[in-house]
Amino acid sequence: MTTSHENEKEKMETHVKPTSLASVAQAHNVKVPGTRALGTGLETRGVHAWFGKHHALADISLDFAAGTVTALIGPSGCGKSTYIRTINRMHEFIPGAAMAGEVLLDGKDVYAPGTDVTKIRLQIGMVFQKPNPFPSMTIGENVLSGLKLAQIKAENKDDLLEECLERAGLWSEVKDRLGAHGGSLSGGQQQRLCIARALAVRPQVLLMDEPCSALDPGSTLRIEETIRHLSDSMTIIIVTHNMQQAARVSDYTAFFLSDGGPGQMIEVAPTSEIFSRPQDPRTENYVTGRFG
Amino acid sequence: MSTGSSVIPTKPWKASNKQRAIDALVLLVALLASFTVVAVTPMKGKLAYFAVFFIAYALLTSIFKAQQRGSAAAKDALVNSLVAIGAIVTVIPVASILATVLKNGLPGISFGLFTHDMALATPTDPLNNGGLLHAITGTLLLVTVALILSVPIGILTALYLTEIKGKFTGPIRFLVQAMSGVPSIVAGLFILSAVLYPITKSYSGLMGSLSLTILMIPTIARTAEEVLNLIPNDLREAGTALGGTQWRTVAMIVLPAAKSGLVTAIILGVARIAGETAPILLLTGGGDRVNPNAFSGPMGSLPYYIWKSFNAGSPEAITRAWAGLLVLVGLVLILFTSARFLGSRKAAK
Repeated sequence: MTTSHENEKEKMETHVKPTSLASVAQAHNVKVPGTRALGTGLETRGVHAWFGKHHALADISLDFAAGTVTALIGPSGCGKSTYIRTINRMHEFIPGAAMAGEVLLDGKDVYAPGTDVTKIRLQIGMVFQKPNPFPSMTIGENVLSGLKLAQIKAENKDDLLEECLERAGLWSEVKDRLGAHGGSLSGGQQQRLCIARALAVRPQVLLMDEPCSALDPGSTLRIEETIRHLSDSMTIIIVTHNMQQAARVSDYTAFFLSDGGPGQMIEVAPTSEIFSRPQDPRTENYVTGRFG
Repeated sequence: MSTGSSVIPTKPWKASNKQRAIDALVLLVALLASFTVVAVTPMKGKLAYFAVFFIAYALLTSIFKAQQRGSAAAKDALVNSLVAIGAIVTVIPVASILATVLKNGLPGISFGLFTHDMALATPTDPLNNGGLLHAITGTLLLVTVALILSVPIGILTALYLTEIKGKFTGPIRFLVQAMSGVPSIVAGLFILSAVLYPITKSYSGLMGSLSLTILMIPTIARTAEEVLNLIPNDLREAGTALGGTQWRTVAMIVLPAAKSGLVTAIILGVARIAGETAPILLLTGGGDRVNPNAFSGPMGSLPYYIWKSFNAGSPEAITRAWAGLLVLVGLVLILFTSARFLGSRKAAK
């Protein structure tokens, strides 16, 4: 395993050309990324991932400009979720997991020795596929749980609570029952509660792993609105199986595919391009529903 | 919808009157069969009635069902009656024990029992002399000290097995399982030879509690491990993804989510030790006076009191022993219900 890592690293250094989306953005007149306040964005260089001997993901280089929404699409098992879990270092929780490559947040590798992994996860928040509010906490406690977990002192908790719930589009529905149990909400509300919870620690990047796959269309719509609003203040990466969703919410779309071997990134472009003029025939087949 | 009042609600899935009559008939025939069989064969006693009745009932219901609806229904009926029999067979001994304890214990219960100790009385004295206050306080102290020692160790062990999953998970799980089979007398002898003789050189409540702790840890650790394994991994991931360290995630999310299950684990631990007698006989010295200090001096306890009274043998002593049994059962019941109440109330909030 070690030798293969080193080989991959060498290969990476010589072959990788990170996709520069900023130039593409200008060419296609879509949202231009990057204000200073949001940081210089997130970039992965030659990321590989393994589960034991199984090579799950090969050589993913992507550049996520600050303040943009990027959708990752592709058939099941092509490594999309694995990829975003390498970004906030959740991948390493799986026994036997290994990785190669670099994940640069504001130019600093999150895997560099001496990095405080809990700080990384504060900067790169995550929303999971299944809504998972903490069962022992109330709605209010759930939103603020990140502060307690990371032992961050907040000056005005009530304001923060309202702000996060407001941004997640849940405030008007729960403002009168903040002391109720998180589990008493509907599935869609629970997922928005989880988004509010992720926002409370003020992340720079938000990873969303199929956040709407367990929800009804109404809740899905609310969450998509939320994503659009949030993209003004953070970088969002969303994994989705719903092509319309990718088209509705994202500025850029990356298509992942596994041909039996490790998952690869086939194509990345502004979303309108991917859906109207894909460069790769495999992308075209997928987005037009001819396979996968 | 609008004419709801004219429609009569029915329950077509319930048994018809005819079916109920047949069921009652089967029950009656099975009862008759048990009486006849016991009368004509050399089998005697209550047990024989039960045995014959259960066999006859299981057979008869399945035969009737076979005739009515074929062999699949017959098998279903047979398994149904076997399950019911199993449940009854489990309940009968427990109910019988409770009834016996109540019947024999109640005559010995009086107000004075709870306000006096046996410092100035012997087990063979008349019942209005002395009481078992010293035994109640002793048992409560023994259990409390054992709880203080074993709950943290037991739950930390469970956390090691479920959360840390370190190198020693396998051996530790094996040891904990093996320890739950340790006979209580072995735990008692261990404390006697490892602590009492070489170090403290005197009986005390603490020695008893140490041996009870040995018995209690595996029960708590194993039950707590099962409970913690039921907590969805999503919650641990969510906690970590919010920037919590493993310890903060466990303390703030995993343990609170498992709270009612952990209370059950502790209750089972108390159930394991509350009536434990062998190590108590070896280690506490069994005083007859109320001793509020668990760290020195002989300590009375309910099991010890019961054992001593039965050994004394006189009718008064035997009544005392039964009363002690009743108090012990009542005490355990109170501990259980209050723990359950506390656990469920917090979980509901």
